[in-house]
Amino acid sequence: MTVFTVFFIIFLLTLMVITALAIVQTKNLFAAAMLSGIFSLMSAMIFFLLDAADVALTEAAVGAGISTVLFLGALALTAENERAGTAGRAAALAVVTVITAVLVYATFDMPRLGDPNAPAQLHVAPWYLEKTPEYIDVPNVVTAVLASFRGYDTLGETFVVFTAGIGVLFLLGKAPVGQPKVSPAMTFAGKTGLRHYQIPRVVGRLLIPFILLFALYVQFHGDYSPGGGFQAGVIVAASVVLYALLEGEEQARQALPAWLLRLMAATGPLIYGFTGVACMLLGGNFLDYSVLAHDPVHGQHYGILVIEAGVGVTVTGVLISIFHSFAARGAK
Amino acid sequence: MEILELYNYWVFAILLMIGFYAVTAKLNLVKKLIGLSLFQSAVFLLYISMGPVEGGTAPIFHADVTGRVFSNPLPSVLILTAIVVGISTLALGLAIIVRIKEAYDSVEENEIRELDRQ
Repeated sequence: MTVFTVFFIIFLLTLMVITALAIVQTKNLFAAAMLSGIFSLMSAMIFFLLDAADVALTEAAVGAGISTVLFLGALALTAENERAGTAGRAAALAVVTVITAVLVYATFDMPRLGDPNAPAQLHVAPWYLEKTPEYIDVPNVVTAVLASFRGYDTLGETFVVFTAGIGVLFLLGKAPVGQPKVSPAMTFAGKTGLRHYQIPRVVGRLLIPFILLFALYVQFHGDYSPGGGFQAGVIVAASVVLYALLEGEEQARQALPAWLLRLMAATGPLIYGFTGVACMLLGGNFLDYSVLAHDPVHGQHYGILVIEAGVGVTVTGVLISIFHSFAARGAK
Repeated sequence: MEILELYNYWVFAILLMIGFYAVTAKLNLVKKLIGLSLFQSAVFLLYISMGPVEGGTAPIFHADVTGRVFSNPLPSVLILTAIVVGISTLALGLAIIVRIKEAYDSVEENEIRELDRQ
């Protein structure tokens, strides 16, 4: 790490603290949501500088993209400004100050940044780095650990995404009881989108195919470069959100109907689970892809490809469904 | 220079507590969730700060980087999963807030408590 990189990291981290303070300080929740998007983009840059390219890609797509959209969708349905402010401010500040002091005191025992002899570098990490070329033979070790060595965890993660999708559909899928409230902003966006604004429309329509192409690249090139099913799914969802903003909520709903999205959400975990069962039927352990082909390393490649596709399909389906649930709530 | 090598961890501590303050002291439910995501980001920063190795590069094998030192892939794997779980819980939390708004016509904790007491 060069001196320049270190200073850039320090600059970004300081900016993140300032942004976080501004987020807590502002009464305008719209501003807070936008600032949290900026905050995520800065943390994505930090992650990239700290050699975590996969995490940087995910944080940029999720934090700066989808979660900002979700916050805005929720704000359109609730309130744009904070009313009450804070309660028990003195007590909270006292607790926070004491814990900060204790945590900072504890950091003096931490290994310095980049220490090759830090405990985290000595335990199992070298084993994964050494054995990945032999067992899995994909260049991206993060993908290898995520999809194969720790495939159980990623299966669980897929189910978490699926469950969250079910939860949001349960909570927001049905029209509200009593008179449905009409939010003018959302109705406007829901019917026409930005169709009256030529420049965003032309630029946006040009961008969408390239965003989708990039998503496919991230999906299928995840073994060789940063990326994978989750990142690809988020990028596809972002392109659909962009389409909905440009052409209106209804148009996006017609392009990808709700039943298809629900089917996609359910298909992913099924693909993932059945891959595991197929491994068992072929005589291996659950999610041990080595038995999927004559050559164990090829089997691993097929397994990772299939389960990454499953993850991508689920994430796309769930995130677009969640977006539609929030957007349609106000438009009714 | 020596002292700056712990800067990541200090920022982790400060961000963690800024998030914690927003979750505990702020009364607006959306603001609480924003605080929770700040708290999460601080934890991501802590884990990712343990990844890099001096002179290392991202753990992706490539013809040009044979014989290089690689950074630790495991924090990345853990935090990838954490980000996914984070967005899932965030979506669910926001959906619950929308329903609370419809039931109570407020997203301020003190007003909701007041309505519950009546």
